[in-house]
Amino acid sequence: MAVVFEKPKTLTDATLHYCPGCTHGIIHTLVAQAIEELGIEGKTVGVAPVGCAVMAYNYFTCDMVEAPHGRAPAVATGLKRALPDNIIFTYQGDGDLAAIGTAETVHSATRGENITVIFVNNAIYGMTGGQMAPTSLPGQVTQTTPYGRDTSVAGYPVRVCEMLSTLDGVAYAERVSVDSVPNIRKARAAIKKAFENQINKKGFSIVEVLSSCPTNWGMTPAEALDWLRDNMIPYYPLGVYKDITGGEK
Amino acid sequence: MKGNEALAEAAIKSGCRHFFGYPITPQTEVAAYMAKRMPKIGGTYLQAESEVAAINMVLGAASAGVRVMTSSSSPGISLKTEGISYIAGSDLPCLIINVQRGGPGLGGIQPSQADYWQATRATGHGDFHILVFAPATIQEMVDLVYTAYDKADEYRMPSMILADGMLGQMMEPVEFPEKEADHQIEKPWATTGHQNKRPHNITNSLYLDPNELEQKVVERFKRYEIIKEKEPMAEEYLVEDAEIVLVSFGATARIVKSAVNSARAMGIKAGMIRPITLWPFPEKVIRKAAKTADCFLSVEMNMGQMVDDVRLAVNGEKPVFFFGRTGGIIPSPAEVLGEIQKIMGGAK
Repeated sequence: MAVVFEKPKTLTDATLHYCPGCTHGIIHTLVAQAIEELGIEGKTVGVAPVGCAVMAYNYFTCDMVEAPHGRAPAVATGLKRALPDNIIFTYQGDGDLAAIGTAETVHSATRGENITVIFVNNAIYGMTGGQMAPTSLPGQVTQTTPYGRDTSVAGYPVRVCEMLSTLDGVAYAERVSVDSVPNIRKARAAIKKAFENQINKKGFSIVEVLSSCPTNWGMTPAEALDWLRDNMIPYYPLGVYKDITGGEK
Repeated sequence: MKGNEALAEAAIKSGCRHFFGYPITPQTEVAAYMAKRMPKIGGTYLQAESEVAAINMVLGAASAGVRVMTSSSSPGISLKTEGISYIAGSDLPCLIINVQRGGPGLGGIQPSQADYWQATRATGHGDFHILVFAPATIQEMVDLVYTAYDKADEYRMPSMILADGMLGQMMEPVEFPEKEADHQIEKPWATTGHQNKRPHNITNSLYLDPNELEQKVVERFKRYEIIKEKEPMAEEYLVEDAEIVLVSFGATARIVKSAVNSARAMGIKAGMIRPITLWPFPEKVIRKAAKTADCFLSVEMNMGQMVDDVRLAVNGEKPVFFFGRTGGIIPSPAEVLGEIQKIMGGAK
């Protein structure tokens, strides 16, 4: 029988701790594939966040650093300045990147740090059990917005790619989704490009990946992907928000 | 040379090529000096968006195995404590400078030693220590920067130079010892990219299994026991026949030394112990003096912080008194002498 798909060699054999139906596994695979295809495993250092992906350091075969909550871009900055010829990426969730770590995100972006940021947006705090995230939608029910996110109290969601694309230091900002096979293919290409940009010293590259959280959304995995499509994508339109390479490969 | 600039140059001479900081008085000259020097020697000076970001940049660079530093003053150190805890929990070496000013809160910008408790007890959450060095002269500050880096690397933990606005701002002649370029130890644990030649390295402070976490902390505390045995440093001045031993650290000790000399001239047998390492605290030196002295007087630029450690070392064997000024007021030699006289009942 022909092998049509293999786990990337850049993922360890550790059992992922993610909940059934969670799309972190897909996004880990896309990141690992990019590292493998570009042949950069030996010189890549990843930075794990605090949140659901906190144990990402056990899953990637490259060197890894576990950062304090929200500080991954600052840790990545320290790594990149010390190791300018290495490839440094962060893997962060929405609470990490767009709430507690907003300053680190914005300033590493505006400095044009030559790093790759993988931003997983699932509109909720997963690890702590489903609280409102900076990206939770208006009206979205969470543990801390039990009557739905009331924008007069809790304000509005943060659109990260739109916000960062206004900064001169940003080389590339694209929002993708992993709700369907065609979108996963686009996400794969975007993540690879974000690493290529770093190899080519283009500057700060971020890929925002719309992701699902069946456990904390209280849905089956299939329902969660439908909810993502019907609710998140209209609020967070997919596409390229900035690309100084002009789309070159 | 100005104290703050000497600090910065000593770090460069020690092999530091990465500085991450955020502006704050009275440590400003450290950053300004680094901004001027680093680009000329192929190093990195980066002004971070916050103290929080700066210490996490330190974490990243320390994980990469390079000699790295940050400097700040009291309120800024409070912001760094999150990162310091993670750095300690990840067993990473680095150098942190605190040019202390008055507190709490925004406090003031005049010299102070009110961060003794923070430096020795609470540079972050969790069970851990950092090495704390307290220079009294600019030359000693320079020498201790070399030591701080070497010991941080040796024990894989953060080192802090606890200076104050007085030391940072004063000028004194200073000599820089030349170090050999290859004196730094190997760091096989560093996350430098494995180049497909070794298993992947992980920098981490998370251990969800309580047994595993306890084991990590206990292992670290075994290292601390070795440090407490081998690394305490103190200056002893006229202690041997002293009836009253003053204990003082940093710039304050220079004032205390004058007061001790004046007391001696008046016939009072005074001496001084100056802890140079605040952690590990030189408790053996104090304990030894407790056998011969009648009493102790801790003099500090705060409301009485190191005096806790003096009392612990003396362990109730002799009375321990305290005198201090705070809020940025520097005690005068006459004030300190007055305290000595009060305790000793005038000249003997």
